Formats: sequence, structure tokens, C-alpha cells
Amino acid sequence: MTHIQNRPDFDVIAGWIEPGDKVLDLGCGDGSLLRHLIDNRGVRGWGVEIDDDNVLAAIKNGINIIQGNLEKGLDEFADQTFDHVVLSRTLQTVHHTEAILREMLRVGREAVLSFPNFAYWKNLRSVLDGRMPVSEDLPYQWYDSPNVRFFTLLDFEALCRQMGFLIRERKVLDEHGEAVDSDDARDLNFLGSLAVYRLTQQL
Amino acid sequence: MSGQSVGVVHSQRAHFAQPLLLHSGGVVPAYDLVYETYGTLNAAKSNAILVCHALSGHHHVAGHYAEQPENVGWWDNIVGPGRPLDTDRFFVVGVNNLGGCHGSTGPSSLNPATGKPWGADFPIVAVSDWVHAQARLADLLGIDSWAAVIGGSLGGMQALHWSISYPERIRNAIVIAAAPKLSAQNIAFNDVARQAILTDPDFHGGHYYEHHTRPTRGLRLARMLGHITYLSDDQMDGKFGRELRNGSFSFDFDVEFEVESYLRYQGDKFAGYFDANTYLLMTKALDYFDPAHENDGNLTATLACSRANFLIISFTTDWRFTSARSKEIVAALLANGRDVTYAEIDLNFGHDSFLMQDAHYHGVIDAWLRNIKL
Repeated sequence: MTHIQNRPDFDVIAGWIEPGDKVLDLGCGDGSLLRHLIDNRGVRGWGVEIDDDNVLAAIKNGINIIQGNLEKGLDEFADQTFDHVVLSRTLQTVHHTEAILREMLRVGREAVLSFPNFAYWKNLRSVLDGRMPVSEDLPYQWYDSPNVRFFTLLDFEALCRQMGFLIRERKVLDEHGEAVDSDDARDLNFLGSLAVYRLTQQL
Repeated sequence: MSGQSVGVVHSQRAHFAQPLLLHSGGVVPAYDLVYETYGTLNAAKSNAILVCHALSGHHHVAGHYAEQPENVGWWDNIVGPGRPLDTDRFFVVGVNNLGGCHGSTGPSSLNPATGKPWGADFPIVAVSDWVHAQARLADLLGIDSWAAVIGGSLGGMQALHWSISYPERIRNAIVIAAAPKLSAQNIAFNDVARQAILTDPDFHGGHYYEHHTRPTRGLRLARMLGHITYLSDDQMDGKFGRELRNGSFSFDFDVEFEVESYLRYQGDKFAGYFDANTYLLMTKALDYFDPAHENDGNLTATLACSRANFLIISFTTDWRFTSARSKEIVAALLANGRDVTYAEIDLNFGHDSFLMQDAHYHGVIDAWLRNIKL
């Protein structure tokens, strides 16, 4: 299976988004996901990005990009402006975890997140062998990692419950981007390298 | 510097015989606008970019005059073949605004009713008046809609107002180092500048032309104050620090610190060519600018009619119009679902950063303009 830019989570996210939706992509990098969603799903898109080079690359990609720091909230966005607010492979780099999750569901109807699962069995084995994990989904050495939060699928789901968010859908992928299937969340927690979630407020 | 200069340019003059009713209720019975153009208007007339000037700017945006090679346009670094406002692709128009002192009708022009210079009788002009006057110039040039309107500071306010006054005539707007309205601090600075001019004994109630004098002392002070607010603290410190001209204190009130020397030079230079009445008008146009006022301060409602795509740019060291002020515009556009891009540029030149040559800053404008459809 080929994935967009080797980003299998992009395929999952694209599948959850309807044509014509308004999408906000937080930490959107060069805007590849939005470009894909605009070209293939007919969405209207905006991105938030802090890095100058990425901002320039996103402008070159023809993306509406708002330069800003996610850690400082999403003040320039009004309540319920977007159908989907995406945070792909970024939650683990954000200090203010609860604040950003609340902001996502303030400005958007649905939050879509992907993040690496630290409880993936290969990661666990690596730690048991005495070294921090380095993998497809955790491609950094401990000393140069942008990641500041280390959590698992079960950790994330517990936080969602605590914050009153409804998990509408969950897709778990292995390190090759192939879907992992199980009814047991603990199995997924063990077998999944990357998790993708759809959240809304509790109805 | 990347790209090339547009080279030798010349100014043109357009006369408008139809009276212009102003925001203040005043009327300008007829007026001239001087302007320059660079590049070629395409057959569809779809490639025109209007450059709006700020407080002290004018129509000479780029290039130089054949007889004055040293007189280079005030934003030459962004206009020309291969530059962000690429004259191989765009037809770029610069205009001196109504009330100006570089050839367009203003306080130093003759008032047809009296045969004497308008002086203080020149009506107060607003940003919206400039936009209406510019729209008549667009009519004259056969431009139904601008591919883009761009400006920094007060020029950015004009670009923003274009999208409100003529939403169908502006397809893209680039608003740089601007704000949706001035803060109390901004107005306060402007008032000190005006007081410097108004209290100059040579001001003569604005009719100094008849007295064959000019309030240069007041204008000089106004410019010195303004200049301080256009620079960043770091930049001034880096450039001048506490350097002394003669190496040691002289314990008198003469020029001692390099920064004093610089400011006096800037003040003198400006007072030598700029008209004090125009300075007063420009600062009032800034103070009055508040397009959301008519919607109870709701900028989102005010911008609901706009159809343009926006590029909003601010500078981290600009304390006169901070990034937060630009973000107010961004927020209002987002709330309207407009296509908007916002870049916050880390440049150390304060408010004046918008005039500087910087690879990232110009790269952002260049990349954004490359994606607009003509």
C-alpha cells in the first residue's frame, strides 16, 4: 500500500473528512496534508505553523497559513469555525496538552489527532533492552527529540474520558502503516505504533 | 539584492474634474493625482497591482528619474523584474495620495476659490477618500479590478479599506505592519507631532505659504519623534548605543550622542522637503481610521463584504503596530471564512521593517503573489 508522503495517518484522516468541510491543520508543516485534502477531498483549509521555513513552504503550496505558536492557544479563531481540527503527530511535542485539546474542540466540531504510541511492543522491548526507542514513528534520539510528552493509547483515552471528550473513532497502525485490528484496547496498545483518533465533545 | 531595478521611470499626472465628497463632509472640487507605473498592463487588464504609500511616501515607488539617478523610489527593493512585485508579470501603480505634497493636489496647491494655496483650508482627508480617489485613477487606467493592492502601515490600511469599499475591485490584498485602528498610544504620538507643528511660530495657522516661510522647526520635531517610534530599541542600541561624537561629555546641550546627531539629521532632511500641512493631514487620516466604527466596533461584520484573499504580515519588533494588531485583522477575516495567510517576520527594524530588504520577508510576498491568478 502506498501512502501520501509516507504518512499513513494522512490516509486515515482524509477518509474521515467530507468534501466541502472546513479544516484547520495545527502544526501543518509545509501544508502537505491540507494540499492533499484540498486537491482530493475538495475541502477548504487553513494551517497553523510556527517555523519560518515551513510557513514559506506552505505559502508556496498555496495553503492559507497562519503563523503562530500552538502553545499560546488559538485566539485568532472563533468558536466552532471548523468542521475538523487536525493535529497530526504533534500532540507529543506540545507542553499544554489539555489546553490544546480544549482549544481544538472549541474552534472545531471534531478533533482529529494522530500520535506515536509509546507502549508499542517494539518500543517497550527497546526500553527493556535499556535504550529509548527509535523507530519509524519515533525517529529521534532522546537528546534531539522534539517530543516532550510520552504517552500511550490507554493514557490518551483516559485523558479524553477525564476531559469529557467522546472518542468517535480510533484507527491503530503498525510501523509499516498497516491497520491493526482488535476489540481489546490493551492489545491495540501493545500492537500499534501510531494511533489516529476522532474526538468530539460529549453530546 | 535579488532581481533588477525597473530602471528609468517617469511620473504622470491625471486630472479629475468631478468633485470628490470626503468622509469629513468636505469637498475637493477637482484634483490632480500624480502616479507612476512599472511593467505592462496585459490585454485583459488583470495584472495590475496598486502600491499604497504610508505617512511620508509618494508615487515614486521604484526606479529612478533619468535626470536624478540618485532619486530612487521608496520601495525599490520590492519592485522590478525578478522581485516580489515582478514587473515581468505585473503592472505596478504607485500614486501620491490626495492631500500629499509630491505633486498631487494638497494643501500647498492653489485653492481655485481663492487663487491662493489651500493651506489650512484643505479639507481633512480620510483613508476611505484616498481609496475613492485611487478608484477613479483605476477607472482612468482601465483597471476594473486590481490583481492586488499592497501597502505597509498607513498603506496597509488603504489596502484593507479597498476590500471594504470596493470588494469587487480587489482580488488580493497585502496588508503589512498595519492595524484595524490606532491605539490611544498611537494617537498620542501623532498628537505630540501635530502640536510640534501647530505651535511653531512659523505655522501661521496653516497659511505659512503666504508668509513665505515654513514651520520647519515643528516639522523637524514631529519627524524626530515619529522616527523613534518606527525603530526598535535593540536596533537603536546596536546602531548608536551611547556612542559620543567627540569621545567625551561636553556638559552642554549641543549634539553629543550619536543618536542625537542621527535624529537631527533625519529631522532636518525631512523638514527640508515635506509639507507640514500634509503631515498634519496624514496623521489625522491615521487617527480617524477605524472602518469597524460604523459597525459598533465589530471588525468581523465590517469585513463580511470583502471578497479578497489576504496576506497579512507583521514584524516581531514593531511596537508602533504590534503583531497583535495585525492578528485582529486576521481573526476578523478567519471569522468570515476568508482565504488569509499571516506571517510574523522576525526582523529587527521595528515598524520600518516593512521597507527593508530581507530574504524571508520578500520570499513570503514573492511566493504568495506567484500563486495568485491573473
